[in-house]
Amino acid sequence: MRHGVARFVTGFLALPLGLYLFYVVWPFVQAAGYSLTDWGGYSNTQNFVGLDNYVRLLSDELIRKAFWHNVFFLITVPLFTIALALFLAFLLNVGGREDRAGIRGVFGSGIYKIIFFFPQVLSLVVIAVMWQQIYRSDGQGLINGLMIKIGLVDADNPIAFTSDPEPFLGVPAVLWWLLLIAVWSGAGFYMVLFSAAMQSIPKDIFEAALLDGASRFHTFFRITLPLLRDTVSVAWVYLGFIALDMYALVFVMTPSQGGPNHASEIFASVLNFTAFQKGQFGYACAMGVALAIFTILLAAAQLRITRRERIEY
Amino acid sequence: MSTATHDGLTRPEQSPDTPPARAAGGSAAAAVGGRFFNGFSHVFLLVWAVMVIYPLLWVVMSALKTDSEVIRQPLSLIPAKLNWDNFARAWSAGHLGSFFLNTVLVLAGSVTLTMLLGSMAAYALARYEFRGNRLIYYVFLSGLTLPIYLAAVPLFKGVYNTSVYFPLLGPNKHLMLILVYVAWSLSFTVFFMHSFFRTLPNTIAEAAMVDGASHSRLFFSVMLPMSKPGLISIGIFNVLGQWNQWYLPTLLMQSVGGEPKNQVIAQGLIELSVNQGYKSDWSGLFAGVTMAMLPVLVVYIIFQRQVQSGLTAGVGK
Repeated sequence: MRHGVARFVTGFLALPLGLYLFYVVWPFVQAAGYSLTDWGGYSNTQNFVGLDNYVRLLSDELIRKAFWHNVFFLITVPLFTIALALFLAFLLNVGGREDRAGIRGVFGSGIYKIIFFFPQVLSLVVIAVMWQQIYRSDGQGLINGLMIKIGLVDADNPIAFTSDPEPFLGVPAVLWWLLLIAVWSGAGFYMVLFSAAMQSIPKDIFEAALLDGASRFHTFFRITLPLLRDTVSVAWVYLGFIALDMYALVFVMTPSQGGPNHASEIFASVLNFTAFQKGQFGYACAMGVALAIFTILLAAAQLRITRRERIEY
Repeated sequence: MSTATHDGLTRPEQSPDTPPARAAGGSAAAAVGGRFFNGFSHVFLLVWAVMVIYPLLWVVMSALKTDSEVIRQPLSLIPAKLNWDNFARAWSAGHLGSFFLNTVLVLAGSVTLTMLLGSMAAYALARYEFRGNRLIYYVFLSGLTLPIYLAAVPLFKGVYNTSVYFPLLGPNKHLMLILVYVAWSLSFTVFFMHSFFRTLPNTIAEAAMVDGASHSRLFFSVMLPMSKPGLISIGIFNVLGQWNQWYLPTLLMQSVGGEPKNQVIAQGLIELSVNQGYKSDWSGLFAGVTMAMLPVLVVYIIFQRQVQSGLTAGVGK
């Protein structure tokens, strides 16, 4: 049986591992190396500068701004998406009529699920270009057009959306508008995920609760939600990664990819600007390493916080 | 659906075979509350459904308008005349045709290779014990947490340098993009298929070995067919993921020698939306977005059960 195992394993692993090492691992390793130099990217001269780039990061105003914008998305994207998705899943599964068999899902829940899932299959770029037209800052845009027609918005002074740096609740308005798109595109997917999890909870648990006289609200908050804990925490981790990756929206939708006046700058946009516009590859790599460390710490922290005993049923 | 809302709100239950709603304990007040809640559910779900569909419908209908209609009657969903030539213009003058061709060429290669190489690696790691097994597995896993932007600069440089020895693997080459897509999709594919191969029973593998099957024969004729559900899930995940990829092509499909760029659809759309701002061909832009959006939506509607379970299984693991 053991005959030829080594040859077989090598044969199966060589190509995938080779590709992966060359196109994924090696660039990461190189980036870590470049972050210790002052390499400009286009020249062949590079000097070892030690941790200078990292020291510079700490006092960089733009990076500090981008960092807080990342943190903003990191908190709000999962929070609002999960809240809305849970609410929709709740309505779908518990909003139906009650009869002898207990509480039913709402009529037409299958169709709702199909529709709510639409944004998930569209690419982020399609969504961004589409919302660019919806968010147009004149009467030609969908929202401004509607608002002007109803009379809620003055035609001479329309909503500026993604070119509005004015703070709302201390955060530039442009970030809130981007957040809306993220929630719009993510809620349906997590609704389907939570719905599936809700339906995998055995019926007899609900029947027992009904017999004990629990209302549907009690059933939801005391039984369904606690049993969904695992799924919600997984969703939180995934949405965390998505929140770090808001770059597509910033790239397509904001003026000068991070504007106006750096109001929507995030880590990735600063990194790309530093590397490809300013030509400071070494410094950009230091930003990347900082972002990677931040991501890994975050993932570790999330796994640690959300880990709890599984409930088997 | 709106009539159902009214029913839930006003009309008492009339069908003879259903007894009056028996809510917690059976009190009448709870039944009324339940019916009110049913109505509320429908209203809210409908509002969200409209919020999802209306923008999509608006884009599709705007794609059939003339430019002056887009500007003067931006809100109307019914164009005076269906201007199909917007699509023709976006397809040829907007280069959507070539974007599509490039995307299909790249995806045909990259998805096939990702599935093949990903499941081979996952299989070897999941079912064979050897030194360095765990290490290799964790190296593959590490790719899941590292941000792609960190690798951007050296990756571009690496691809640029490779072109000196292998011109086909340089920037702006289909083959290069295929291999890069495969490499970047391997982490998740290996992770997903690894846990899948672990669940396959040992007895069948042993029986096949007793019958004299080689290791690779066992994999291709026994284990791989048994993993069909897993392969479908991860396949859907990879098709959508690579179809939606925009950062890698924007970074790597750049023209270095002045030749035209071999852009993929997401990358091309970004450029189209930027350029359209100067040319103000709005209906053409809407037609482009519609063409990028509709095929995926149609495929999704046909295979919605598989797509939903495939994508959610990806998260659940």
